[in-house]
Amino acid sequence: RHGHAGARRVCRGLLLLLVLVLLEGSVVFPLGAASSPDVDPRGHSEDRAVAEESQNYSKKAFPVLSLDYHHIHVPFEIALWVLLASLMKLGFHLIPRLSSIVPESCLLIVVGLLVGGFIKLAGEKVPPVLDSQSFFLCLLPPIILDAGYFLPIRPFMENLGTILMFAVVGTLWNAFFVGGLLYAVCQIQPGNPSDLHNLELLPCLLFASIISAVDPVAVLAVFEEIHINELLHILVFGESLLNDAVTVVLYHLFEEYSGAGTVTILDGVLGVISFLVVALGGVLVGAIYGFLAAFTSRFTSHVRVIEPLFVFVYSYMAYLSAEMFHLSGIMALIACGAVMRPYVEANISHKSHTTIKYFLKMWSSVSETLIFIFLGVATVDGPHSWNWTFVTVTVLLCLVSRVIGVIGLTFVINKFRIVKLTTKDQFIVAYGGLRGAIAFSLGFLLEEKHFPMRDMFLTAIITVIFFTVFVQGMTIKPLVELLAVKKKQEAKRTINEEIHTQFLDHLLTGIEDICGHYGHHHWKDKLNRINKKYVKKCLIADERGREPQLIAFYHKMEMKQAIELVESGGGFKPPSALPSTVSMQNIQPKKPAAAKPVQRALPQLPKGREEEIRTILRSNLQRTRQRLRSYNRHTLVADPYEEGFSDFIIKKQKIIELEKKIIHMNNLTLPAAPPDSPTLCRARLASDPQAYRPKRDSVPTIQVDLASPQSPDSVNLMDEFRANGSRREEEEDQGLTMRPRGEDGRREQLTRCLSDPGPSADEDEDEPFLP
Amino acid sequence: MGALQSLPGEPEYVDLAKKTGFSFEQIGILHKRFKQLSHNEDTLVREHFRKIPDLESNPIRSQIIEAFFDRRNFRQNGEGTVEAIGFEEFLVIMSHFRPPSLHVTEEQREAVRRDKLRFLFNMHDTDNDGTITLEEYRHVVEELLSLSEALEKDTAKSIADAAMLEVEPDEFYEGITFEHFLKLLNGFEIESRMNIRFLNMDTTTLCK
Repeated sequence: RHGHAGARRVCRGLLLLLVLVLLEGSVVFPLGAASSPDVDPRGHSEDRAVAEESQNYSKKAFPVLSLDYHHIHVPFEIALWVLLASLMKLGFHLIPRLSSIVPESCLLIVVGLLVGGFIKLAGEKVPPVLDSQSFFLCLLPPIILDAGYFLPIRPFMENLGTILMFAVVGTLWNAFFVGGLLYAVCQIQPGNPSDLHNLELLPCLLFASIISAVDPVAVLAVFEEIHINELLHILVFGESLLNDAVTVVLYHLFEEYSGAGTVTILDGVLGVISFLVVALGGVLVGAIYGFLAAFTSRFTSHVRVIEPLFVFVYSYMAYLSAEMFHLSGIMALIACGAVMRPYVEANISHKSHTTIKYFLKMWSSVSETLIFIFLGVATVDGPHSWNWTFVTVTVLLCLVSRVIGVIGLTFVINKFRIVKLTTKDQFIVAYGGLRGAIAFSLGFLLEEKHFPMRDMFLTAIITVIFFTVFVQGMTIKPLVELLAVKKKQEAKRTINEEIHTQFLDHLLTGIEDICGHYGHHHWKDKLNRINKKYVKKCLIADERGREPQLIAFYHKMEMKQAIELVESGGGFKPPSALPSTVSMQNIQPKKPAAAKPVQRALPQLPKGREEEIRTILRSNLQRTRQRLRSYNRHTLVADPYEEGFSDFIIKKQKIIELEKKIIHMNNLTLPAAPPDSPTLCRARLASDPQAYRPKRDSVPTIQVDLASPQSPDSVNLMDEFRANGSRREEEEDQGLTMRPRGEDGRREQLTRCLSDPGPSADEDEDEPFLP
Repeated sequence: MGALQSLPGEPEYVDLAKKTGFSFEQIGILHKRFKQLSHNEDTLVREHFRKIPDLESNPIRSQIIEAFFDRRNFRQNGEGTVEAIGFEEFLVIMSHFRPPSLHVTEEQREAVRRDKLRFLFNMHDTDNDGTITLEEYRHVVEELLSLSEALEKDTAKSIADAAMLEVEPDEFYEGITFEHFLKLLNGFEIESRMNIRFLNMDTTTLCK
């Protein structure tokens, strides 16, 4: 019976998917028919002019309802595509087992193939998205900005040497190896003089340079789902980001000189210089815009609403400026996001932080979906020219060169690394070298007249992309399981770990100083000190932004605990077996055994204490309520955490000291939320609260949605939708409601009054890598 | 490699290399540094460390210096402190910061972990009694935060308190023992983090 229900659900999901695809195809068809793609806009206005003129002569009936598709067809189609992409994403998660077996990117490509098939059947022209500006200017930047803004700086910097080696030397090796061997293979075709003989060396090298770069979009899409450890993730992902500079230079170099036919030594030297300019220039442009954004955010305390806008616009400008000079736009975006983040986050409100995070995730998610769908569509569209030799040799060479490259480079790198890369690591790095849409777009941009082989190139590129995304993308997850590669640590950061991270930093710096060589830690320490002394003063508005990381971390943890405490009414997680009292007094320095015996009995709180607790809780709630009184579109709700911060903390300390004793309050028998309740997800908010009045008689159950500490940055939008779906109606203006517990034990939701707690404790720069 | 000629001969190095795991070149360089710090005497005292200018901005300077004179770190199961150390002890302390080699078994890796965590533990446990008490931990946090301006005494205290509470939320205990410490820093991967690079080529000439 259970299997039946499951199967029925699967069928329903598949049916829904099919319906959606058909819908999209059928909508596009008549609309396409209605708009003749070659209509002359001038003709349209001419018509109108004629119509007006004729109106002077003969008055027609006033048109009550008319269809004018052409007027809006561009934004309409764009919106339709975005809608399709989002509906597809929804659809995949409705089918229960599918998303765990097949990575989303594969499914999206399949959808794209289907849609492309429909469009082709309908005889319409496929929107040429992947060649023109829209890919590089609209679809790619959100993904890169999302990656750059949330880039974990510490592991990135620690492994920068390795990443650069893979990105620069690895890509160069790939390009020349594949290009050279491909040319050789093409030349040695015995017997039948095929087209391949016409293939010169330089177009081969150009093709190889396009195909050899690891693609950040594909890597993100696939690695997001396998949750490997931070080191491997940052290695592959960092490589995919930094090889953009190499790709840009090689592409332009070979494209430029393919016409001429030869590349001289001088060109080579210029190419190297160009590489440095492209890479460093991109980073510089990004850093400049990053500092500008940080500086601007210092003054936004009165107009909080547009804070996210500054982040987005400055980043986009950085990308465009870099593209303007043919520098590496990707590196500019990364640099901009990484530079501005610590300062901007210290300046902006918690709500703005949430907005930025959600918008970036939303845009990058939609972008990624659209890219894969368009990849499928463009595949169907063609133009294709299949050549067995060329394509198979390409795929083979890509694989082989990647493996050889990784092994060779690791051999060299391990001589310089403290923590060496094992064979398993090397395998994952090699296997994770996926190619994606960037390669396709670069290929699409080639001009037909310069490169008569363009169609063959495109076919080969698509084949490689399909191979890597489908075969490698689908099998990497089981391989990771099989090889028992270390996974990402999901555990919450504890205070002890934070303390010891700082401690270790200083310790290692000190030992380096004693040893007498200026190593990695020394320079990092120096940079930190300069940062603290000069840069932060300039870019961060108030004192609180400049507190040391340990204190900031601690305050965030306290905040979370305070929220938990206030909401659950003081009842804490029930101790597992032995209820005992632990307070600071228990940790006695060296008192003999007479200190505190473990109290097995439930402690009776003195009356005065209870009252005190209740007053504290009530006053905290009242205070937040006062702050949330005003709201209009131009001023957001005042951030409660920015005022009265320190006395909140002191009150909280008192609460922490008492919290362990509030196990069973007599008149508030609240079963506290079990630690693994399914309703524990992101904390939610409402506007005006009511005062919290615990009643003696009623037995209210307050089930609370807490900010889950387990998933710091992984804003799984699906979880959000699922969880919030049932509560949408309750959201508006519903304060702190307490309802008596239903007979069947159904839990009611509690909507809270506090504003979004904002960044969780895990979101410092040293957080685990986010998806 | 001219540096080696002015230093004691190979046989002593063989012994030290076996004991600490450094290579001959590394030992040579460290010996040179030792002589530089001690102004060509045979032993180092605390004063020599205090004179290192780069260390002055380090918030946990005194604890680092103390660690060098702590007998528990000499791997001879000693206790207490000494006033002056020789080159061998210097090298033994430094060997705590060597990275584990590439091909080690699980037990060896675990042993390296314990060794490094023991070093940290000894740094915190200043009175040699085998547990880190609340006062000692508070002192650690205060020292860490001592460089930032406008620090309230209470903040450091409450951070240390919260950290202690994380050990055993429901139990009563006097202080953090070494076993607790191991459990606390279980996910910390200290064997890959607590390392510095020891050079094989002589590039020290920069700092005093």
